Amino acid sequence: MKGKPVLEAQNINKYFYSPEKTRVLKDVSFQVTRGEFVSVMGKSGCGKSTLLYILSTMDTDYHGKLLIDEELVSGKNANRLSQIRNEKIGFVFQFHYLLNEFSVLENVMIPGLKLDKKSKQELEHIAMEKLRIFDMQDHALKKANQLSGGQKQRVAIARSLMNDPLIIMGDEPTGNLDKKNSDIVFKIFKELAQEFHQTMLIVTHDPEFAAGTDRIIEMEDGRVLRD
Amino acid sequence: MAKALMLARLKQTVVAAIGVVFSITMFVTLLGFMNGLNQLLDNLVLNRTPHIRFYNELKPSPTQPVELSDKYRSFHNVVRSIKPAASRMSIYNNEAIIKTLLDDPRIVGVAPKIAAQVFFNVGAIDVNGVINGIDVEEESRLFAFDDYVTEGDFVDLKNTANAIILGKGAADRMLASIGDVVQVTTAQGNSIQLKVVGYYQSGLGELDNVQSYASISTVQKMLGEPPSFVTDIQVKLNDFDLAPGMAKEYSAIFGIDADDIQTVNAQFEAGSGIRSMISYAVGITLLIVSGFGIYNILNMMIYEKMDTIAILKAIGFSGRDVNLIFITIAITIGFFGGVLGLFFGFIAGLGIEQIPFELDALPTIKTLPVDFNPKYYVIAGVFSLVTTYFAGYFPARKASSIDPVDIIRGK
Ligand SMILES: Nc1ncnc2c1ncn2[C@@H]1O[C@H](COP(=O)(O)OP(=O)(O)OP(=O)(O)O)[C@@H](O)[C@H]1O
Ligand SMILES: [Mg+2]
Repeated sequence: MKGKPVLEAQNINKYFYSPEKTRVLKDVSFQVTRGEFVSVMGKSGCGKSTLLYILSTMDTDYHGKLLIDEELVSGKNANRLSQIRNEKIGFVFQFHYLLNEFSVLENVMIPGLKLDKKSKQELEHIAMEKLRIFDMQDHALKKANQLSGGQKQRVAIARSLMNDPLIIMGDEPTGNLDKKNSDIVFKIFKELAQEFHQTMLIVTHDPEFAAGTDRIIEMEDGRVLRD
Repeated sequence: MAKALMLARLKQTVVAAIGVVFSITMFVTLLGFMNGLNQLLDNLVLNRTPHIRFYNELKPSPTQPVELSDKYRSFHNVVRSIKPAASRMSIYNNEAIIKTLLDDPRIVGVAPKIAAQVFFNVGAIDVNGVINGIDVEEESRLFAFDDYVTEGDFVDLKNTANAIILGKGAADRMLASIGDVVQVTTAQGNSIQLKVVGYYQSGLGELDNVQSYASISTVQKMLGEPPSFVTDIQVKLNDFDLAPGMAKEYSAIFGIDADDIQTVNAQFEAGSGIRSMISYAVGITLLIVSGFGIYNILNMMIYEKMDTIAILKAIGFSGRDVNLIFITIAITIGFFGGVLGLFFGFIAGLGIEQIPFELDALPTIKTLPVDFNPKYYVIAGVFSLVTTYFAGYFPARKASSIDPVDIIRGK
């Protein structure tokens, strides 16, 4: 299992053209193999989020090559990219981004409903299991906006796990939480790494968090400084 | 997905749907009512008008004697002051013609008629009039004669000897009531006494002032003509759009003149055409306005739900999925609004139909007329779906092209 590349970035360059042409990412290359728990650190504005959007296939405006699960995704059409995101990538944002129109359980189920490979009952069951990992099963029927910030983030992580993705990407998932809640979320990530061997790539500002991961990629000014 | 978004914005959704309900209701009611009125007016004339009328017109014969002579045939002859020949008003061989016509499957029925110019002798003065000799049963069956006999019984025309049904206007002028006997003089000078058994009222005053009815045999007797004497043959068709073609066809076969209903009532058709065009225009305008309502509400929804759309895209929904969600919302509003609108439109139609509407001139009408032709319901239904689809199309396209990175970064 271990050793197989999940994510491979080859010479990724990114430019922004407004207000003037700036090169935000400079020849970024690295590989993430299965089961790795990787954190990305760097000063504010060095291009971490920008990189993550490219790696998650949401941003397609870049130069270089990106392979996910050994499949070249650069230049693929938008529908295929949506499929890849749905099946292989779980994304956790700094802001929880749950859908307030739905219950907690439905929020977790949505990626599964979109994938449309299992019956609704099965999906409900799976979603419940995921919520249980985070001790959120009692809140399953609440509306998403009836939860606290920390609870929301736990639900968001549960949602990212719904389709058993190859890799979870997070952009400062603890950035918006207080100490206590961020500790809880951090513990969850460690658990996912140790018990489920979940591959993860997490951007963080928290050195303590980073120290607990398998590998730290340090960025500065659009480059990979240390790996 | 679509359902959840609609429930989240229930109020706007309902407002949009009410817009559709209102416009569809108005559309159906308006068209039903307008066309009810149109049909009423059409029927006033068209129901009673034969689709084709065969007759002999008084006209000069196309070949003058001089052209028959061997000597002058090759010359260019000028004949001045030609007068019509004393040709027969009667349609020659009309029994055979009627038999041929009745064998044509396109024809519903045939009724012979004699129109006779007469004077009603009222005291010292003579009142001008026309007595139509009709086949009472066929005239009723084909041209709703009985509907317009407002007093008296139309069958008495057949069952009573020398009976007449007077036009209401004529009767009023002559002060003749039912049971009275009127003295009639024909253009040829024959006099006859006829018994009034009823009044005829068509709703068209100028007709009612001159037209009276008697059975065809009474008129033949009055004119001193044999039972083969018939001046008009009236034909009713299954499809009156065929009238012009068939009129030409049979006119050529029988060698007699023929009028078709379209030519005779051309301006009437134009009038009802314009009326229904106006009602379609008003109805469609209403629908388009409600379409803009839906467009606005969906646009607002999309601005409010930017985050939701972004997150859906990040999770793996494609632009097409997002597009479908918003189109579904629009179509759902259109569908339910449309169904309710059709229902209320139908109810409104029933309501209007209950409103009393009585006019002396329109004896057959008791309440306001409404046309419940399913055509209007189908048009309204289809149109509500089409407008809501287009109202949803542009907002949906905008939603599907939202770039999730922009939204997420903007936080
Ligand atoms: N849409 C944009 N247009 C122009 N420049 C941009 C745009 N988005 C980001 N940038 C610039 O790109 C650089 C990298 O931004 P990015 O958001 O990736 O930084 P970051 O490392 O995530 O910072 P932080 O730790 O504060 O989140 C910054 O200098 C930023 O100003
Ligand atoms: Mg960032």
